Amino acid sequence: MSTLLDILSSIGMWEAVLRIATPLIFGTLGVLLCERVGVLNLGIEGIMTFGAMVGWLTVYSGGDLWTGMLAAAAAGALFGLLHAMMTVPLGLSQHVTGLGITLFASSLSYYIFRLAVPTASSPPTVTPFKPLPIPGLSEIPFVGPVLFSQTPPTYLALAVVALLAFGLYRTPLGLALRMTGENPHAADAQGLDPIGLRIGAIMAGSALMAMGGAFLTLAAFNSFFPTMIQGRGWICVALVVFASWRPARALLGALLFAFFDAFQLRLQTVVDGVPYQLFLMLPYLLSILALILMARRARVPQALMQPYRRGER
Amino acid sequence: MRFERRDHPSRGLTLLAPLGAILAALLGAGVLIAIAGANPLEAYGLILKGALGSRLGFSEMLTRATPLILTGLAAAVAFRARLWNIGGEGQFYMGALAVAAFGMIPAIASLPAPLAILLCLIAGAVAGMVLLLLPLGLRLKFGVDEVVTTLLLNFVAVLFVSLMIEGAMKDPLAFGWPQSVPVPDSAVLPKLMERTRLHAGLVIAVVMAVAVWWIQSRTVFGMRARATGLNPRAASFAGVPLGRTLIVVACLSGGMAGLAGAIEVMGVKGYVSTDLSPSYGYSGIIIAMLANLNPLGVIAAALFSAVMFVGADSMSRALGIPSYIADVTVALSLLTMLVAIFLTQYRIRK
Repeated sequence: MSTLLDILSSIGMWEAVLRIATPLIFGTLGVLLCERVGVLNLGIEGIMTFGAMVGWLTVYSGGDLWTGMLAAAAAGALFGLLHAMMTVPLGLSQHVTGLGITLFASSLSYYIFRLAVPTASSPPTVTPFKPLPIPGLSEIPFVGPVLFSQTPPTYLALAVVALLAFGLYRTPLGLALRMTGENPHAADAQGLDPIGLRIGAIMAGSALMAMGGAFLTLAAFNSFFPTMIQGRGWICVALVVFASWRPARALLGALLFAFFDAFQLRLQTVVDGVPYQLFLMLPYLLSILALILMARRARVPQALMQPYRRGER
Repeated sequence: MRFERRDHPSRGLTLLAPLGAILAALLGAGVLIAIAGANPLEAYGLILKGALGSRLGFSEMLTRATPLILTGLAAAVAFRARLWNIGGEGQFYMGALAVAAFGMIPAIASLPAPLAILLCLIAGAVAGMVLLLLPLGLRLKFGVDEVVTTLLLNFVAVLFVSLMIEGAMKDPLAFGWPQSVPVPDSAVLPKLMERTRLHAGLVIAVVMAVAVWWIQSRTVFGMRARATGLNPRAASFAGVPLGRTLIVVACLSGGMAGLAGAIEVMGVKGYVSTDLSPSYGYSGIIIAMLANLNPLGVIAAALFSAVMFVGADSMSRALGIPSYIADVTVALSLLTMLVAIFLTQYRIRK
């Protein structure tokens, strides 16, 4: 019991929560943005992989860290464009297109990675983002190191939450995006362009996903290796349901999830006799549990997964 | 520019779609090969030679196609009924694990070979079924979308395999490597070709493809499953029991994926490890789509993928192009296939 308290009262554990949550925040917001306009983006797992690879490769070949993030975002937007062209104007199956993008983007990442680093037993490393303590705030006991001594991309992720929450609910563009996801026919009748809005939102959402991937190689770790995303993308898709498609709740979901992850990591080291695989299963089982709890309660965008072709019902 | 639905997609176009899709994917991957500094035509020549040019290559290609046919069937059967089973990978591993566990029971190991093989195959299929019935149950009971749950269960399944082969099922003679106790000789599938790895699993896979084709096109259940996929509300109105139909579809789909894992252990590896599958489950999704969800087409699509995967290995050694190019080409062919199918159903008007 006292070890549990020790873990829960350690600064290191709470510091880790925000760090573990960052890629999930980016990814969840990305999925949320796509689904808010009515498009399921199962490309996330591959787009995160590609973002992780491009971010790492940019820095490895001499670019600075923010250039790496930007390159990842741009690459993500391009895969978003591919996804959007197939699912929006052509109206192809969003399930299959997304999975196709995931398989294509991840195998392409491995291919490019192997071309760049043909023979290396251990993956080459880059110097990752350093924590940036915010002057003044970071000196507050406990709260300071936990919230205000994170790496810059973490602050960016939090800013994006605020931006997206404000943008979706307080601006005309946000209203147009939400309307497209609820009823594209009505949006069209209002003189909006549902096709364009969907394409734009998917590109922006995919850019966010890729930045989540890049965070892993440029801040959380310092190298790229195949299968490093480990289902984080799929967890983000589950978190969006848990968040009932609202940005602030998405942040809450990602934090809650990261809390359990950080907790189980530390629990592993103190609890004997329980196989470590059971701990590793927890994130996936928790995601499934979150889905069970929220499946019937969440408010799904009404036009989710319904293709829209003008003049066709 | 706008799209206009064709009233009757022509049969010729539908048959040409996969060929066009593969050609487009090869073109795209060719650009990547050229960027890497090799001649794409030479690379494709070497891939064909590697997979078809020798007795060993050919047998390896067929060995590789065997699990792919079964995971392809698993996806095709499910997608036809709009059951989004993306959990083929996990079901594959559960099937493999079940065989290894069954093989550890002395009573089964001492049975005559045909009986031991049959029991192990059934055990593998049932294990795959169970892993798909769980998420289907969640969908039917709580309305949880099965796409994400089946995806997440893939990771849980591989961790469970890891747990078992480092624990209760660990082979004490494997020098500390995490792998299961090998299956008994009585449960090993007979070889089809001398001095190769090709085994009777191929026959089972092809028989299954024909059986699934027959079920889908010639039985009441097959029609119900298709109706469930095309329009669940109309199907329900016409008296199709949706829940029950989906459960049978899930048994068929999970069973095929489980069988793939079982056969891979009984025919090729002999034991279970966590690197048993080079993502056979996910490749099955691509194969099902390339086959346009047709069970007989799955055989052809699995052969195409197997040629790419096996051929790319030997091409990679000769030209220094990463063998991931095979994964890229096959994944790309899924995307081009989607567009190709679209073009058979719509015409483009100015």
